[in-house]
Amino acid sequence: MAEIRLDGVTKTFDRKVRAVDDVQLTIADREFMVLLGPSGCGKTTLMRMIAGLEYPDGGRIAIGGRDVTDLPPRRRDIAMVFQSYAVFPHLTVFENIAFGLRMRKMAKAEVARKVERAAVLVQLEPYLGRYSAQLSGGQRQRVAVARAIVMEPSVLLMDEPLSNLDALLRLTFRAELKKLVAELNTTTIYVTHDQIEALSLGDRVAVMREGRVVQHGTPMAVYDRPATSFVGSFIGSPPMNFLRGRVEGQNGDLRVRLGEHALAAPAALAGHAGREVLLGIRAENIEAETTVVPDAISARTEVVEPLGSHLLLTAVVGDQRLKLQTRTDFPAAPDAPLWLRPEPDKLRWYDPETSQEIAAG
Amino acid sequence: MTSHRLGWAPYALLLPSLAFLAIFFAVPMVSAFGLAFQDASGAWGLASIRRMLGDAQFREALLTTLVLIVAIIPVQFALALAMALVINAKLKGAGLWLYVYALPLGISDLAAGITFFAIFTERGWLNSGLEGLGLIERPFIFLNYQTPFWLIFAVVLAESWRATAIIMVNLVAGLQGIPRDYLEAADVFGATLWQKIRRVILPLLRPSIQVSLILRTILAFQAFAVVIALAGSGLTVLSSEAYRWYGEYRDPNVAAAYAAFILVLSVVSTLLFLWLLPVRREQVG
Repeated sequence: MAEIRLDGVTKTFDRKVRAVDDVQLTIADREFMVLLGPSGCGKTTLMRMIAGLEYPDGGRIAIGGRDVTDLPPRRRDIAMVFQSYAVFPHLTVFENIAFGLRMRKMAKAEVARKVERAAVLVQLEPYLGRYSAQLSGGQRQRVAVARAIVMEPSVLLMDEPLSNLDALLRLTFRAELKKLVAELNTTTIYVTHDQIEALSLGDRVAVMREGRVVQHGTPMAVYDRPATSFVGSFIGSPPMNFLRGRVEGQNGDLRVRLGEHALAAPAALAGHAGREVLLGIRAENIEAETTVVPDAISARTEVVEPLGSHLLLTAVVGDQRLKLQTRTDFPAAPDAPLWLRPEPDKLRWYDPETSQEIAAG
Repeated sequence: MTSHRLGWAPYALLLPSLAFLAIFFAVPMVSAFGLAFQDASGAWGLASIRRMLGDAQFREALLTTLVLIVAIIPVQFALALAMALVINAKLKGAGLWLYVYALPLGISDLAAGITFFAIFTERGWLNSGLEGLGLIERPFIFLNYQTPFWLIFAVVLAESWRATAIIMVNLVAGLQGIPRDYLEAADVFGATLWQKIRRVILPLLRPSIQVSLILRTILAFQAFAVVIALAGSGLTVLSSEAYRWYGEYRDPNVAAAYAAFILVLSVVSTLLFLWLLPVRREQVG
């Protein structure tokens, strides 16, 4: 029941390291927003400022229309799942989950009722009497989640809650978490460096780099049309391919030269005539043939990696490399010639200096 | 983990400390116990113990010692915790406070006693100050055997000033061992400062508190120099009785009986704290 509004939020550490730089972001009521970025991009600092654990040097933070910038965490109506879980070692699972309610001096019977309901949601009922040291990592993570959701907060904050779990558990919990948060229907901010988590969980993803939000949008939008070459290479596995090419020709007949091949270019590249641009294309948007196809880019297969559901090929075009996906029955062989046809509407063009998108298609 | 491959080396390295402990602690302790169970002629028996128990001063010394412990320890713990929290808050200049707080640790207990004597004595700083402010007309005699309240008050103050820092150092170390996430979780889940201290910090500090309590109580049973300096013979504690029997009455057996009694009390209080504040393994993070 709360919209979060970040207005020019800035945080500098030790007077020089700008951890969060003038972030302008609005998270809608009941939205699941993922803050995604490499380590050190400021995503955790930004979340900690929303939680009130860190005080911004500049800007304002509002939750549900109320300016909370100067309020301590306990007056913000938030709950948080810590990366380390921070499950109190001196309290049982029950008391851990009940902690926030006890601080509010809620009646005992009501505390018990709420804790039990939360424990059922995260499948912890058999463990309510145990201590943290007697739990597995996955169970501790559930305690941390239950302790947060039992508060029925306006805003739920999650700081890399899956990063300390092993790969298999992470996959299971990811889906469970998505279901749980969808049922809670509360505004959620989720911090992660894992782009797959970001894509799979978020209603929206805000990609951060060096303290700034580089792009925000739905997972598919961010994946499909990265605003910068950084976003393209950070999101997706494998990352988006980037090929350098020179813009040639005149208005009406613009082409980009890639080795021996000249690719039709959108009119928006006219301003870059005579200069280099970056062509971005994802691995699954390239069609490959082993026989000559007119108008295809001539390449050579370098590496073939069978990945079960598909093959991942590394191909060489001139002096540049790119990755592409093919079906498993594709007759790929190292050193074999290859003809590539990128899907024209999936081409993305970037300025190599600013790394910003110039045009799409 | 690899001790079986180290062979005798660890034991050889332990030897100097073992020898030190044996020569300076174990041997005197055993011989003190031996003395306590002999009379002046060297015959074994309970004669010296009986003389100690029958001594007119015994009850008063025991009572005063216990009163001092009960008065000093809560004051010291409250102060030490406040000081430790100030230092751990990592405010600007917190490092300086650590040194300020720890300063009395560098002063011997007799010197501390004399310092507080200089404050509380008839022509001391306190009386001069009160007179200067016009609050009293002539010096109030604090340190008088007829006003045991003021004697005990002065001793409690001096002991607190002198030895609180020992507990503080212990608590600071304990506080620094508490992961920041626990404190932040308490903040996020709505704890006020007081709730955070009571529900999170104190339970997690339990091992440090237990060690400090044991240490502090043992030291309080041995309190001597501060009492002598401030109260002379106006206030008697167990260790000053041991001193009196040895020094004035030239009876090492009864003195040893007092020493043995103090040791027994220390052991009992240690066991009591271990039992009252158990540190269970599953409760420590």
